[in-house]
Amino acid sequence: MTTTSLPWHARPKGRAYTCLVLWLAASGAGAAQVVVERPTRIICVVPAVTEMLFAIGAGPQVVGVSSFERFPPEATKLPTVGALLDPDTERILSLRPDLVVVYGSQTDLQSQLARAGIPVFVYSHAGLADVTLTLREIGARVGHSERAGRLAADIERRIAAVRARTAGQSQPRTLIVFGREPLSLRGIYASGGIGFVHDIVAAAGGANVFEDVRRQAVQATTEQILSRRPEVILELRAAALSPEMLKREMDVWRTLSAVPAVKAGRVHIIVDPRTVVPGPRVAEAVELIADILSPGR
Amino acid sequence: MNRTIGRRVVVAVMGFGLLAVAALLLAPLAGSTSISLRRAFDPNIPFTDNVDAQIFFVARLPRTLAGALVGSALAAAGVVFQGLLRNPLATPFTLGVSAGAALGAMLALTFNWSFGWAGIAGAPLASFAGSLAAVGIVYSLARAKHHGLSTNVLLLAGVTLNSFFSALILFVQYFADFTETFRILRWLMGDLDVSSYRPLVTAAPLLLVSFAVFAWLARPLNLLSLGPDSAETHGLDVVRAQRAAFFSASLATGAAVSVGGPIGFIGIIIPHLVRLLVGSDHRVVLPASILVGAAFLIGCDVVARTIMAPLDLPVGVITALIGGPFFLWLLVRKA
Repeated sequence: MTTTSLPWHARPKGRAYTCLVLWLAASGAGAAQVVVERPTRIICVVPAVTEMLFAIGAGPQVVGVSSFERFPPEATKLPTVGALLDPDTERILSLRPDLVVVYGSQTDLQSQLARAGIPVFVYSHAGLADVTLTLREIGARVGHSERAGRLAADIERRIAAVRARTAGQSQPRTLIVFGREPLSLRGIYASGGIGFVHDIVAAAGGANVFEDVRRQAVQATTEQILSRRPEVILELRAAALSPEMLKREMDVWRTLSAVPAVKAGRVHIIVDPRTVVPGPRVAEAVELIADILSPGR
Repeated sequence: MNRTIGRRVVVAVMGFGLLAVAALLLAPLAGSTSISLRRAFDPNIPFTDNVDAQIFFVARLPRTLAGALVGSALAAAGVVFQGLLRNPLATPFTLGVSAGAALGAMLALTFNWSFGWAGIAGAPLASFAGSLAAVGIVYSLARAKHHGLSTNVLLLAGVTLNSFFSALILFVQYFADFTETFRILRWLMGDLDVSSYRPLVTAAPLLLVSFAVFAWLARPLNLLSLGPDSAETHGLDVVRAQRAAFFSASLATGAAVSVGGPIGFIGIIIPHLVRLLVGSDHRVVLPASILVGAAFLIGCDVVARTIMAPLDLPVGVITALIGGPFFLWLLVRKA
């Protein structure tokens, strides 16, 4: 009983781990990791997974987050340790983690952590189905299986409900824009036929106009947009716009007046982090997009 | 003598002009989709509903014209910089103009500057401002300790400023998020999909001024190639000519980069290609480079937008991929 209130490294078992870690680091035999049953000092450099950890009640176990953290508010108060391209290994080690959630592409960081004997949870960005998969895995890894399972099932149920609602209805041809140069139709990046955002729109009853391009992102030329005739244009943005700028950015699309979405006034600029973070709020994102694609249904 | 050069200019302009006109007329017919020209030019279908017309007039034609403007400007600026610095390796980007432009565009893209002026978006404006700043700094450095304009200092200052701006670009990029970083990287590869005539209309007067100065510069550049001292004895006001060359070529480069991004290779390959074909007299080389540069970039852009359609390849990659081997082949054949 008393041991649980102590920091992990001060506990008898923890002390043994510390010695083991030091011994492993000193001996250079790095591959062996000390896997803790229920980690209490988690560092997460993946914002989507940080959201998951807080959503399943593992928030108090988190001691460090990425520098791009926005949600939930409690997470933004924690120490930051860099992000995808610039993880600060020294800072990560100094926080004495017993689990670090890293991106699959952070191979250097992974090998450094392996040398230090610190266990990692490797996250890779994929489709919508992987969100609940990751949720269950991370839940099991940090000792919150039950709550993670319930949340995952709830997300799946809500998405299935949207799918059921939109099934059989005509699917509006949708252009999903990630970004473009301000106040112009240049450098337009759109979602191709794979990835989390494509999956969200498909689940919400939209047909991605770039579905045939098997890439996460496509540079969409105006010619391609004109010829693919989207009926709805969804522009997903991370940063908010003033009402005046929003209007000006909407007006930019008028150049392509032959595009059905422009003609029908169905260009939507959506500033909502839920639509761009593959975290536990994806069901809300699917519902939000479904309401835009088929209002009133 | 004068009559011969006159005839050579006419022949070159006619020949290469035909090439450029053919490129201008044929390029809008090609694209990543197939359109019906009859529908595109059907006056009975209102323009706002006519997809084919919009593909032709909003997507393809501005792109083709942008290719012509940017290609001609970079090729001619390359000729002028090589003549001014008396260095065959000089390009429009040697003196920091493009790095300044890139830094400007970068700041606009990273911090999402959505200011616009007269309907022109923030990024091109910022890139033009950046190129002017670079030109100003390099010029004032090259003038600082000399009565005239030291081309050596110009070159050294330009190259140093290039590196310094590149460092600043990396510094700014560090603060950008992933999508912005991607967009910046893409901007650096060059892109002619302007989807509007506005940037062209803005850049055209600047290019016109530059080209007018280039026309005057042809003879002075010929004299400068003998060396500043010899040029002086031939009655050339060397400093005035150097200053005119520096500013006009920088202006052309800045305007071109603000339209299409820093598209590489044209500024070095076209001048050399043209010299291999017509000799080194600037009175022929300059107009020929303008026309060949336009035709070449229009052609490269057709390849960029069709070869992997619906993906749009960066045109800068194509200019290097086509230009490099072609130039080498020509070099070996001539030798």
